[in-house]
Amino acid sequence: MKPFDEMYARLPGGQGSADLGQLRAHYETYQDWLSKQTQEQMKTRRAEAEMVFRRVGITFAVYGEKDAEGDGTERLIPFDLIPRIIPSHEWQSLEKGLVQRVQALNRFIHDVYHDQEILKAGLIPSAQVLENAQFRPQMLGVNVPHQVYSHISGIDIVRAANEQGVGEYYVLEDNLRVPSGVSYMLEDRKMMMRLFPELFRLHPVAPVAHYPDLLLETLRNCSPASSSEPTVVVLTPGMFNSAYFEHAFLAQQMGVELVEGKDLFVKDDFVYMRTTQGPRRVDVIYRRVDDDFLDPAVFRPQSTLGCPGLMQAYRQGHVNICNAVGTGIADDKSIYPFVPKMIEFYLGEKPILHNVPTYICRESEDLKYTLDHLSELVVKEVHGAGGYGMLVGPTASKSEIEQFRAALISDPQRYIAQPTLSLSSCPTYVDSGVAPRHIDLRPFVLSGKTVQMVPGGLTRVALQEGSLVVNSSQGGGTKDTWILEY
Amino acid sequence: MLSRTADHLYWMSRYTERAENTARMLDVNYQTSLLPQSTAVAQVGWQGLLSISELTHAYQKIHGEVVPSRVMEFMVKDESNPSSIISCLKGARENARAVRGTLTTEVWETQNQTWLELNRRLKAGDFERDPGQFFEWVKYRSHLSRGVTVGTMLIDESLRFMRLGTFLERADNTARLVDVKFHAVQSDFFGAANAKDQEYDFYHWSAILRSVSGFEIYRKVYRDVISPERVAELLILRSDMPRSVHASMNEVVSNLEVLANDQSVETIRRAGKLRSELQYGVISEILANGLHAFLTQFLDRVNDLGMGISRDFLIAS
Repeated sequence: MKPFDEMYARLPGGQGSADLGQLRAHYETYQDWLSKQTQEQMKTRRAEAEMVFRRVGITFAVYGEKDAEGDGTERLIPFDLIPRIIPSHEWQSLEKGLVQRVQALNRFIHDVYHDQEILKAGLIPSAQVLENAQFRPQMLGVNVPHQVYSHISGIDIVRAANEQGVGEYYVLEDNLRVPSGVSYMLEDRKMMMRLFPELFRLHPVAPVAHYPDLLLETLRNCSPASSSEPTVVVLTPGMFNSAYFEHAFLAQQMGVELVEGKDLFVKDDFVYMRTTQGPRRVDVIYRRVDDDFLDPAVFRPQSTLGCPGLMQAYRQGHVNICNAVGTGIADDKSIYPFVPKMIEFYLGEKPILHNVPTYICRESEDLKYTLDHLSELVVKEVHGAGGYGMLVGPTASKSEIEQFRAALISDPQRYIAQPTLSLSSCPTYVDSGVAPRHIDLRPFVLSGKTVQMVPGGLTRVALQEGSLVVNSSQGGGTKDTWILEY
Repeated sequence: MLSRTADHLYWMSRYTERAENTARMLDVNYQTSLLPQSTAVAQVGWQGLLSISELTHAYQKIHGEVVPSRVMEFMVKDESNPSSIISCLKGARENARAVRGTLTTEVWETQNQTWLELNRRLKAGDFERDPGQFFEWVKYRSHLSRGVTVGTMLIDESLRFMRLGTFLERADNTARLVDVKFHAVQSDFFGAANAKDQEYDFYHWSAILRSVSGFEIYRKVYRDVISPERVAELLILRSDMPRSVHASMNEVVSNLEVLANDQSVETIRRAGKLRSELQYGVISEILANGLHAFLTQFLDRVNDLGMGISRDFLIAS
């Protein structure tokens, strides 16, 4: 796969070069505007953005880290001033592909916890599912409203050029447990509108601010109770969680309570929250707590983040948990290679979005290929997340490669490998001026009675020159993502 | 609303109020220390400040002898002291952060900015350079915090719990201030013997009044020279003096009455009883029976009220 730049069909020459490259049509207006901005103006805007983010407290916590002053556990995610622009026709096909993929994934999860047709058909090796650490036997036979398990899906999309040099979107990863980042999508847009209102007159940018409305509608639709006024809550592990800002933000935007495990209790298989006016029934829990911590009576007994008895109430259909327990079985990296097959199996359709070719190291042939090509491949831990536990072959040192080789040989089923995708690049405002940096995209797909999404997503950018790791925990930043309406 | 949310809101306001009162008391002592006075008298002032907050022991453990600059540092930027300004503002901000979704954007940003700005100021050495201005800043941030609260929050339970915290804390703090300041001069309480003492008295009492922004109020209400009885009356019994014990208790009771739930009958009864004693109290009677005894008992009952509020509303059963 070849490099692809979002803004230029051919990148311009070095600094001071007269060569302006070859601009893509949907960036023309923006480039025209950008060329009229001085360095000073852009710097002032960047400082303003940082000041506002800090004042508003849009921060994330970095586990176990402190800066020189000892209070650096709250960090800002760097915000880049240059938007990532996606033309309307590309979004339309992306959206179709996302809806299709998420529908198939939900069908798969339902199937896995009920009739297991896909295993019977032999499309996925049974052991891969049933012996998977993400498989939750507690969910077998449990019925959930609308048979929807992954209500909020964050699908990570990357882009690279195909043989003809045309940019193709690939799904890198499905995030179906507790995907985060949507608050940055919303805050980045607010910030852009504040800093550069004139740009929004020049571009027909599709709005995203109604995301919390869609989310609330989705959650209310998934209430198990017949009540016309279901009580929805957001369950957070608490203010020391790295995504706490987002939990509080979403609860506030939806106008629902932000609860911690200790605010909930279960009585006679119904869930209540403790309020100043006594107990109040809870119908839908948008949880931002991992499965393992949800119910100490069923999962980790020492967890204080959850609520004992919750699973029993859930299995009885007295409360809905969003996302459902056990969705990890569908976003596990070892299951990922089978998603295109799921789409064909459940929907009878051809997949619209491509997967990145993947070598499953538990298969001996794939393992052999991986070991022979370690310096070209990206090797990931099946259960890893956040950019940890991963080898990027082309940039890794000899000793890192040998470390992974040993790990692969001793425990191959912990790993998958993929060709090193040259993630597409997008002009980014860095200290030296405007320069290309690698990006990805995480749109958020909402599934309730219907599947819907706002036109946009979170664009993450690797701020280090040449880096392919966009995770915020590893020095990544974010950009506003513009879907043009025409 | 969630009991935990109510708890955070209540404590957020208590800490903000406490930070303000700490700043007020420090400011008074600092301003008085600029007047010519004997070391012994100054010492009494700083000791009183520590004993108001029941911190004499904690201070001595770290610093030993009472030294004005050390007391100020201990009360401003020592995070091991739970009543220091930094601890209070941190507590306020942490509680706000835990329920930021319940607050309006303006309220949250005010809390957050106060905290960020406090750290900036302390690092920049603003406090050492000009303590008076620093205390002024703390007071104004507290004014802003209250103003933005009543100016932007929906008038519902959330706001009531915040108000409740503010005024319960204020009732407690004002009572402590009066207790300690009167205690310090108990010996010559009823008038000074000579001109020098009289002059000292004037500064002593006017400093107390200033610490609760009550100097002009005193003049307006009594139109007379400053006498200890009237200072006590103003700070304890006058319901039109916004920082008086009585005015604070009025707010406590009116907010509690709105918040009432099935369990809170007894707490509300006690709050009402305490308030009515202030309403129908006379200063001469209180002084005759001993001011210190009166205030000690009052503080115990405020403490008891605080526990009742926690039990009835904030700790979920």
